[in-house]
Amino acid sequence: MRRSAGEIGFQTFNYIVLTLLGLVALFPVFYVLVVSLTPYIELVRNGGFVVFPKVVTFQAYAELLQDTKIMRALANSAYVTIVSTAIGVALSMMLAYGLSSRSMPGRNAILLLLLITMMFQGGMIPQYMLVKSLGLLNSYWALIFSGTVSVFNVLVMKSFIENLPQNLEEAALIDGSTEIGYLFKIVLPLSMPIIATISLFYAVSHWNSFFEAILYISDTGKHPLQAVLRSMLNTPDPSEMGDMTIVVPTESVKMAAVIISIIPVLVIYPFLQNYFTKGVLLGSVKG
Amino acid sequence: MKTIAESGRGAAIAGRSVPRLLRVIWKYKYRYLLIAPGLLYILIFKYGSLYGVSIAFLDYSPFLGITGSDWVGLKWFRVFWESPDFWKVTGNTIVISLMKIAFGMTPDIILALLLNEVGRSWFKRTIQTLTYMPHFLSWVIIYGILIAFLSPTSGLINFTLKEWGYQPVQFLTSNDWFRWIIIFSDIWKDIGWGAIIYLAALTAIDQQLYEAAKIDGAGRWKQTWHITLPGIRNVIVLLLILKMGTILDAGFTQIYAMYNPLVYDTADIIDTWVYRKGIIDNNFSLATAVGLFKSVIGLLLVLGANRLAKKFGDSGIW
Repeated sequence: MRRSAGEIGFQTFNYIVLTLLGLVALFPVFYVLVVSLTPYIELVRNGGFVVFPKVVTFQAYAELLQDTKIMRALANSAYVTIVSTAIGVALSMMLAYGLSSRSMPGRNAILLLLLITMMFQGGMIPQYMLVKSLGLLNSYWALIFSGTVSVFNVLVMKSFIENLPQNLEEAALIDGSTEIGYLFKIVLPLSMPIIATISLFYAVSHWNSFFEAILYISDTGKHPLQAVLRSMLNTPDPSEMGDMTIVVPTESVKMAAVIISIIPVLVIYPFLQNYFTKGVLLGSVKG
Repeated sequence: MKTIAESGRGAAIAGRSVPRLLRVIWKYKYRYLLIAPGLLYILIFKYGSLYGVSIAFLDYSPFLGITGSDWVGLKWFRVFWESPDFWKVTGNTIVISLMKIAFGMTPDIILALLLNEVGRSWFKRTIQTLTYMPHFLSWVIIYGILIAFLSPTSGLINFTLKEWGYQPVQFLTSNDWFRWIIIFSDIWKDIGWGAIIYLAALTAIDQQLYEAAKIDGAGRWKQTWHITLPGIRNVIVLLLILKMGTILDAGFTQIYAMYNPLVYDTADIIDTWVYRKGIIDNNFSLATAVGLFKSVIGLLLVLGANRLAKKFGDSGIW
């Protein structure tokens, strides 16, 4: 089929615009990486614009690795993310499987209880008072138990399980399998894609959260990386301070810290993307 | 006779039904056991805070507790409504939300339309991978990226301005700029993510319509105007309505991560104000009342939005 000149013109235009949009998405992260690797002197000399630095230095990263506060924050983030994700995925999957039986008495009432929380919440201060009265202030558990079970994720998992072939359960039960056996031998293996996707979503959201730590944890030694990074970013530039004797993080060190907090997300991102582009999450909330 | 027989049967069923219900429940015992821990979590961490909402109507003091504090009715709501902050924070919240809707929806739609025209699937996948990525970065990280570009001393844009002989601009502490920074960083973060739902709607359009239009001699613009856009109109309207339903949110974590006292005039929203009044100033009752005020209006807006969405022929969100 021959394509008209207008058609070719449009396609060229389209590819150019999309390439530019892709670069706009990528460039800021790339630039932060470059700043973290470039000696500050070279940045100043080149008016900030260094796309490929002549001298690459890992000094900023070396400084961060020796900074016990940052390393502690990294460990805090990893601990909270892993524990909270593990608990969250387990509870969500159990809820989703339990609620996937349409004929179970009380199912609709429980679903309604879950749905209401998506529309109405007590607000920040009552939540703070709750965490306080549970004795969790200043404890990692305040972070582990915030956002552990997302009703949205439960609904996504539930609709995935409901879409598994219906006759599997009957067949399994006829073969003498118990319901627990059915769950472990058939539902869980078949649900691995959705379990993986939801785990990654939980993990990213816990890794990225910072406000809960500021709200519940006054001991900054227990703060996760994102919260420490935020206060680090808010320290003024050394050039603004005048007094050079005070040790403050330079621009490069700040940007190196940004990169360190991005890396885990970028590492799991390809796996995540694999699933959501397949439309696993779309249209599954209804019903 | 018939009615007596029927009522007799009804009574018999009613008599049997309690043990039968128990038997049915027993049949599902493992499912209830599986549901229990998750449900317990929801009850404690989502419903547990509702008890604390009552302090919105009390003169709460932590020493007296909820039961010991005096009942003051709607006092804290009036305090908020009569304070000059009411107009400021409510106005900021609504303005920022409306700006996000007005400037944020079109880029999502355009990206989806452009991606939809791409024939080479590797190219489409690459662009999708790149544009979805920022969605997974936290607001603190994006704040860090913004500093790399906007910092008055070492940001790329200010370096460039200085090179060209201009004065550096204090973007992040300027009331003229801050809202635009909020809007643009929001678009940058979520343009790809927002396009997903439109892309899904686009694939649902009947391809025969395009074939027929081509035979009738319709060009690409006419096809877009008469087939593509009407095909995703319902999704656009639905998303618009849903976004109107969350107009009082405006993005707390984003603004909290990026704002500072110098931009309170343009960027202080209801949620950030509630945080400072409650946690920093220890005025728990006032902060809770304002939070409750926001939640109730928000709930009404969401319910109203869903009704409206149903009126537009779509099935709503639930």
